[in-house]
Amino acid sequence: MAAKKLHLDVITPFEKVFSGEIDGIMAPGHEGYFGVLPGHAPMMMQLSIGEMKLKVDNKDYLYATSGGFAEILPDKITILAEAAESADKIDIERATRARERAEQRLARKSEDIDLDRARMALARALNRLKVASRR
Amino acid sequence: MATLRDIKRRITSVKKTQQITKAMKMVAAAKLRKAQERINQTRPYAESLGDVLARVAANVDSDLNPYLKKPDTVESVCLVVITSDRGLCGSFNTNIIRTARQEADRLRAEGKTVKIVAVGRKGYEYFHRRDFDVVAKYINIFRDLNYEHAKEIARLVVRAYLEGEYDQVNLVFTAAVSAIKADLHNMVYLPLSAGHSDEQQHDTDYLFEPEPEVLLRELCPKNLNIQMWRALLDSYAAEESARMVAMESATDNAQEMIEGLTLHYNKVRQAAITTEISEIVGGAEALK
Repeated sequence: MAAKKLHLDVITPFEKVFSGEIDGIMAPGHEGYFGVLPGHAPMMMQLSIGEMKLKVDNKDYLYATSGGFAEILPDKITILAEAAESADKIDIERATRARERAEQRLARKSEDIDLDRARMALARALNRLKVASRR
Repeated sequence: MATLRDIKRRITSVKKTQQITKAMKMVAAAKLRKAQERINQTRPYAESLGDVLARVAANVDSDLNPYLKKPDTVESVCLVVITSDRGLCGSFNTNIIRTARQEADRLRAEGKTVKIVAVGRKGYEYFHRRDFDVVAKYINIFRDLNYEHAKEIARLVVRAYLEGEYDQVNLVFTAAVSAIKADLHNMVYLPLSAGHSDEQQHDTDYLFEPEPEVLLRELCPKNLNIQMWRALLDSYAAEESARMVAMESATDNAQEMIEGLTLHYNKVRQAAITTEISEIVGGAEALK
């Protein structure tokens, strides 16, 4: 019997980033990285910022995600993320600028800025740069 | 009586106006196409997220969730009115402002406090000049509309809602059904309604990580963001489609005017020639 496949959709508000059959996936869950192979129990999961690794025919594909949700069914996974980019499509310049902006904001520490937001922005930028460096 | 040259001048002027309206119509058509494309791209995400929300909410007591909990009494309502920044789009703004005004008057008649969040210059100008409390305005976002705008507006109204400033938030906006038809919506934005998941999905027993209550609290803001984004996109598409129709009829009217003026021009010219000929003939007769 041929190895079972898993159908994956990665959807953002702007596009379908990925749609196709995969052998397995590693994704950043709320409580650490988790892997899913075909036949997994149905699950709803919150994702955090991190890198997502798809396995297709013994090849790995890297994506940077900025949090979101995953709905896991035995033969199908849907990942809903506000942003997801494949490693080779990451705009390094933009991510670098975003990192600098966030660092400046955090350094100023004025009352009127939202510290949580700046921290999140910094985490997203760093994640993009990290994933991009591994391509 | 208008001289030949006056008529000629008017014809030229109307033709120039017609060129402009024609160009504006084509620009509006191109923008409309782009906007519709963006609407289509958001659909899969919005629908899947709605499904997930419904399924998680089915496992949770909605009274414990600040986004879903229905308030005991509604005393203060916030209307988010989405209009356009620019004019020349027919009755687009008039219609949506009328709908919002009627809703505001109705709520006031029931003794409720009404606050307005104006998105788009036209709505802001209307409500600002009248006896309404405009708590926030977003102007010139449609020129370069992006998701961050939607998140920003959503963040503002959601925070005020959670702090108890409003008991209900409505979105009042226009959605383009087709190129010529638009619907006016007055949608309850908060409290969020989770919708219903269908039968087949109820059979699946999901594991939740983290537990459903926490998951739901993360899902709700995302859902509100995407709903706001869709409303902005819908309104933008409807605006451009209204502008396209308005410019098309302006172009047609200009054409009609040009035809009428040309007819008039020819008649006047004919009359002048006839007069000239009869003068010449009369002069020749007199010489005999």
